[in-house]
Amino acid sequence: MAILVVAEHDNESLKDATHKTVTAAKEIGGDIDILVAGKGVKDVAAQAAKIDGVRKVIVADHVSLKRQLAEAMQEVIMPLMDGYDAILAPDTTTGKNFMPRIAALLDVMQISSISGVESPDTFVRPIYAGNAMATVKSSDAKKVITVRPTAFKAAGEGGSASIETIADPGPVKSEFVSEELSKSDRPELTAAKIVISGGRGMGSGENFAIIEKVADMLGAAVGASRTAVDAGFVPNDYQVGQTGKVVAPELYIAVGISGAIQHLAGMKDSKVIVAINKDEDAPIFQVADYGLVADLFKAVPELEQALRDAGYS
Amino acid sequence: MKILVPIKRVLDFNVKVRVKSDESGVDLANVKMSMNPFDEISVEQAVRMQEAGLASETIAVSIGPDKAQETIRTALAMGIDRGIHVKTDAEVEPLAVAKILKKIVEDENPDLVILGKQAIDDDSNQTGQMLAALLGWPQGTFANAIEKDGDSLIVGREVDGGIQTIKIALPAIVTTDLRLNEPRYASLPNIMKAKRKPIDAKSPDDYGVDLTPRLSTVKVSEPPTRSAGIKVESAAELVAKLKEEGVI
Repeated sequence: MAILVVAEHDNESLKDATHKTVTAAKEIGGDIDILVAGKGVKDVAAQAAKIDGVRKVIVADHVSLKRQLAEAMQEVIMPLMDGYDAILAPDTTTGKNFMPRIAALLDVMQISSISGVESPDTFVRPIYAGNAMATVKSSDAKKVITVRPTAFKAAGEGGSASIETIADPGPVKSEFVSEELSKSDRPELTAAKIVISGGRGMGSGENFAIIEKVADMLGAAVGASRTAVDAGFVPNDYQVGQTGKVVAPELYIAVGISGAIQHLAGMKDSKVIVAINKDEDAPIFQVADYGLVADLFKAVPELEQALRDAGYS
Repeated sequence: MKILVPIKRVLDFNVKVRVKSDESGVDLANVKMSMNPFDEISVEQAVRMQEAGLASETIAVSIGPDKAQETIRTALAMGIDRGIHVKTDAEVEPLAVAKILKKIVEDENPDLVILGKQAIDDDSNQTGQMLAALLGWPQGTFANAIEKDGDSLIVGREVDGGIQTIKIALPAIVTTDLRLNEPRYASLPNIMKAKRKPIDAKSPDDYGVDLTPRLSTVKVSEPPTRSAGIKVESAAELVAKLKEEGVI
């Protein structure tokens, strides 16, 4: 079996989601190649070549691939698919965007957001916002799979794969106009070891400053519930949940979040969950390892002080 | 411009799912069903574009059992002009849905198809992209803003790092994200009016699409459950516990 893994990157560095997708590919078994499609991706390709267990890195370097738009990715991937039995990409907004196009053109059903590999044709995936786990067996000749990165460990380094470059894709019907990316010095939400999220209880965007302080002391990422995003407290890409990001950090601290089904879908695989909420009947307490029933405007500054007392700054 | 809006009837988003004890699936007997929330946003978007004079006709299509007709009526009550109901009791995978929709697109010649980004039951997030691929059309997925610019659309997309704006040539596929708009409630007069709007009854056979599933469900099981932990009395106690756990 030959498996193609599509790398997640920002043209400068390879994202951890790629390493985790390689682990899923290893569980399926076979020769694993990585496709790095982008613009100016020499460093990314070099990083991909170091992942343990990778046979070959294929580089497609062209301006049309800079943002990995679906139509351009399709042009690069489809000619390669004769040589592969499976294609895997992380279940990020990039992978979710182009992978179903590949599946449709290969006339196969995509298996979305797998959280487990049972055998080379049988996979586990969450459905109904993670409230049920479906084990599905694919009868398709080629497998098109997106991988939930939080469900797999990152593959290690130490490999020395060869790197080859392929030809440019042709022109496509969509063009990139602009982007507004949230600037942050904090760790990336999906890869952070600690995540602190605020909900509607935060009351305003300014009030997020109190959890940001704690986040910075712990080196944590800041997330949010949908209601906090809808209210405009923080940008959309902070959203944790069924329709936002799925995280599984060592520690997840939910502040002023009631714990709707859709939010739990994005964080309930965290190792330790802490809830700070003044409503002791909030559903979040049913999944929290540690609950503090208190007004967050009092509790969060106290938490900050307690961390300072414990040696954090 | 003509707009086609595919919609799906799903378990209501507020209902707590129950997995059947024989692990054959989730229990959908006697539970509340509604229009998929993302599809409500698609319907709202199509109706707004028509109200803004950008669309001449809007069509809702749903593939599913008899009751999917109720979902189409809801769309008609929100302002969609007419419906197409492709009746089947089979569970239809995104690939087969995309194939049926492709045939409907070929019959109806819409300039734009607006779909929800994912259905909250199978959580696949595939159909729009698959339809775009089968038609050879460009796609604007996870849209939180849509603007018409001549023969193109400017689409703001919710991506992992923030917002990305792309320009796609019409005809095109757009899939909607939650923040695109706030769907309206259908008023009683509009619900009454919707009863007189036409719904075309079709079957998958009319489109010659093979619905045989490519994925067979081996089992559906409960996810690992978490039990409630302990309540702490103070922030200091919380920090002490987290240190004990070794997570800070």
